[in-house]
Amino acid sequence: MQQGNIIKPKIYQTRQFKESVTKIIVTIILLAGAWVAIMPLLWMFFTSVKSMEEIMSYPPTFFPKKFIWRNYIDAWNSAPFTRYTLNTLFLTTIGVISHVIVNSFIAYGFAKIGFRMKSKLFTLVLSTMMIPGFVTLIPTYILFAKLGWVGTYLPLIVPGFFGSAYEIFLLRQFFMSLPDEYVEAAKIDGANHFYIWAKLMVPLIKPALLTVGIMTFNGAWNDFLGPLLYVNNEMMYTLQIGLQNFRGTVQTQWHYLMAASVLVLLPVIIIFFVFQKYFIEGMNIQVGVKG
Amino acid sequence: MSSLQKAEELQGFIFILPWIIGFIAFTMGPLLFSLYASFTDYNITSKMNFVGLKNYITMFTKDPLYWTALKNTIYYVVIEVPLKTIIAILLAVMMNQKIYGIKLFRTVFYLPSVLSGVGVYILWMQMFNPTSGLVNTILGFFGIQGPAWLFDPAWSKPAVIIMKLWGAGGTMLLFLAALQGVPQQLYESAEIDGANAIRKFFTITLPMITPAIFFHVVTSLIGAFQIFQEAYVMSQNGDGGPVSSLLFYNLHLWNKAFEVFDMGYASAMAWVLFAIVMVLTVINLTVSKYWVYYEGGEK
Repeated sequence: MQQGNIIKPKIYQTRQFKESVTKIIVTIILLAGAWVAIMPLLWMFFTSVKSMEEIMSYPPTFFPKKFIWRNYIDAWNSAPFTRYTLNTLFLTTIGVISHVIVNSFIAYGFAKIGFRMKSKLFTLVLSTMMIPGFVTLIPTYILFAKLGWVGTYLPLIVPGFFGSAYEIFLLRQFFMSLPDEYVEAAKIDGANHFYIWAKLMVPLIKPALLTVGIMTFNGAWNDFLGPLLYVNNEMMYTLQIGLQNFRGTVQTQWHYLMAASVLVLLPVIIIFFVFQKYFIEGMNIQVGVKG
Repeated sequence: MSSLQKAEELQGFIFILPWIIGFIAFTMGPLLFSLYASFTDYNITSKMNFVGLKNYITMFTKDPLYWTALKNTIYYVVIEVPLKTIIAILLAVMMNQKIYGIKLFRTVFYLPSVLSGVGVYILWMQMFNPTSGLVNTILGFFGIQGPAWLFDPAWSKPAVIIMKLWGAGGTMLLFLAALQGVPQQLYESAEIDGANAIRKFFTITLPMITPAIFFHVVTSLIGAFQIFQEAYVMSQNGDGGPVSSLLFYNLHLWNKAFEVFDMGYASAMAWVLFAIVMVLTVINLTVSKYWVYYEGGEK
């Protein structure tokens, strides 16, 4: 080997250089993407505090010339939004409580108790996820109509007490990750499964229950189809239906529409930032699914 | 069976009882009822008259709006599902780099996907407003005269798809979790063999996350066929938008069921949708053997 003749790589050929260039390019793309993700929300907020003249002015402005906070109060008072909020909170609370209790109960059965046909029944649970909602929607509506429940909250509340496939699946995964020895030891001490579920297991899977609770909150808060179908009295409207109706009545008043939309989306945004981890938890479980 | 085993069986049964009741009352029962209803002319107040295949025949031969709705839905599914999958994979790969502020990026991209409902639709209706909307304003900076979006039959579906792509962050997170499970040694040995970034992506990254891609494609296909709310809210209470361009399958079904109360016809429509979704899912499962890679060869 000839000394002093080692070819020193040019700086742009080094690995570090290539990596940092990649990182810079990726960062620039992500920055642009982040703008695309966040811009509609910023713009919704800015529009909500503009005057109607400013919204209609040409060329359109992005940043408001003047922040008109009154829009929020005016929008809120142009429809019974306080009432809608209370209704929504009521339905959401019952939904969260029922889903968390019932689905963890069912999931425990599938995870920790041995009984005949268990795996076949669990396959059935999973396969119900494939049924398009509209196939069962019509007969379910007819059932509730025959029971005289249309026009009440019962159709929105009662089904929540009978479990939902995805949440059973998710909670079962968490129960499965807990060692069977806990259950066996408790059984030797004379405990039955109800006691083990309530006193031993539920406290251990609190994070998973929080995940289900947050998912249910989100679903119930945003539920549109259910209230649209079953609620026909304005005093029973939820926020989603109230907002949709509000849209019909204040068609061109975008500042009010945007203010009301911000207020309806805000709780979800706040919960997202507080409980991000638990949103992601639900995602990670999905990845565990193979075939 | 010992008494201990019997007690175990009984408790197991009690634990899953709520699901069994719910399955019979809200799944099995409704399924059977709607299958029967699809062969009748039922409007809730009338008697159920058996009419054989009449609803199905009407659907395929005498209801032009049915075909419009089906075509619109297929258009939506064929564009939205692959586009969202590709965007989410690319985002996930970028998010998987060690970059300054990556956690913040992840949060910002993920946020839109948890937002839904009427508030989001109102926001996007204004985004797509032809004159005062942000989308056309930005296009204007580049000298592009934007279309009328939701008011233009050619652009109303793309508008809805763009809105849905805004929520790609949820799928991104799914793929990111899968990416983080890819063993680093694979990349290291590929580098020793002199593989470049693109080569590594196609021979390691992509095959290793095929289970997550498969899961996403199966579920999002089922979901996309059921698009309803977006079109209902964004097209003036379900009229289907300009020239019925936003009349999706479930919107047409909804109008048949709850506007004209033709429950038999709507049930028949629902069963055809069910059949489409089932066939596609079975095809998906069958084809998956050829492209989904499971570590350790488990199938």
